[in-house]
Amino acid sequence: MVFPISGAHISPLYLIVIGFVVGVLGGFFGVGGSFLAGPALYGLGLPMNFVVGTDLAHIVGKSIVAARKHRTLGNIDMKLGLIMVVGTIIGVEAGAQAIQALKSTAHLDLAVGSMFIVVLLAISSFMTWESIKTLMAQRRARATGQLAPGMHPSGRDQSAISHYALRIQAIRLPPYVSLPDSGIPRISLWVILGVALFGGFFSGFLGGGAGYIRMPCFVYLLGIPTHVAVGTDLFEVIISAGYGTVTHALKGNVDILIALVMHTGAAVGAQIGATLTQFFGGPRIRMAFIPLPLIGAIIVLHGLMARGKF
Amino acid sequence: MTSKPNSSVSLRYFLLELAFYAALVMGYFLLVLNFLGHWLLTLYNSNRGLYAFLALALMIVQGFGLEMVTRSLAGWLDPRRED
Repeated sequence: MVFPISGAHISPLYLIVIGFVVGVLGGFFGVGGSFLAGPALYGLGLPMNFVVGTDLAHIVGKSIVAARKHRTLGNIDMKLGLIMVVGTIIGVEAGAQAIQALKSTAHLDLAVGSMFIVVLLAISSFMTWESIKTLMAQRRARATGQLAPGMHPSGRDQSAISHYALRIQAIRLPPYVSLPDSGIPRISLWVILGVALFGGFFSGFLGGGAGYIRMPCFVYLLGIPTHVAVGTDLFEVIISAGYGTVTHALKGNVDILIALVMHTGAAVGAQIGATLTQFFGGPRIRMAFIPLPLIGAIIVLHGLMARGKF
Repeated sequence: MTSKPNSSVSLRYFLLELAFYAALVMGYFLLVLNFLGHWLLTLYNSNRGLYAFLALALMIVQGFGLEMVTRSLAGWLDPRRED
């Protein structure tokens, strides 16, 4: 079937299945799923600028559903999410402008695709290392009966590298804010805005909500408990994807028909994924996340090679 | 890992919900593609600003709409289920 806005020939059934799978994964990991949705759309033949913009549009509807579920579970730090809005919007616009600049050249596919591959491989590698380290620390702690370094007093969410987050929280750069819902007594506002800007740029440049950037930053740099990071990231995805949809649509990069079709599958998948987080602890969620960016990178690489761009 | 809920009953209701939902979805997107496709293309080509905000509005409305449908289906098929 032809989608007239982008001119792409794609089966609606493929879009619904992709949306469903991405929805489940997105609701479970607290990310929009663009690390799979974007590559999947590119693999189906959608032009790269439409991949970025359309994925953003698709993420908005899905994230609203999943975020509402996480709000009922008490997983959203609203204060943190609202503080990040300004940095996120600036970052998204910067990314969108970069896409517009590349559209006038012949390097859009290669630039965005290469950035996608590098980012996804880096995330997967880092989370593999951190998850293994955390689980080893847990086993040692169980064997000795003592609290492992970085272990949360509740015993439910541990990160082996939380001392980095403590150092970042100790940065003396006023003004400061407190995040009681995340258990952070004080942190520099500029650190939060920096994370927002960073995540926003990737959202505007690679599409989707950039949860694969933002959620790791929440957990490892800001020291936010994983379950709160999942919910708060979804809230922030709504902001970045919402603004990103408008700015990319103005630039002619959104095929809303494709987004609407994908979202029909994603809507029910997101509810299922969000419910599943009740049954797994923080380190296990992060470990299950590891293969997904790798799959996305392989799909993008295949798409670039198939189009003779690589 | 915490204890798992009773999965056999939940699976049956989930499959029922999925079947109803699939039928609704198929009818819905055929409607969208048939009636909105041409109009959205015209808007995309002639009034990009309105297209941009309408795109966002359609996704938000569909997001809430589909959630209401799934919640209603879940409550109808399994009234015991708490959300």
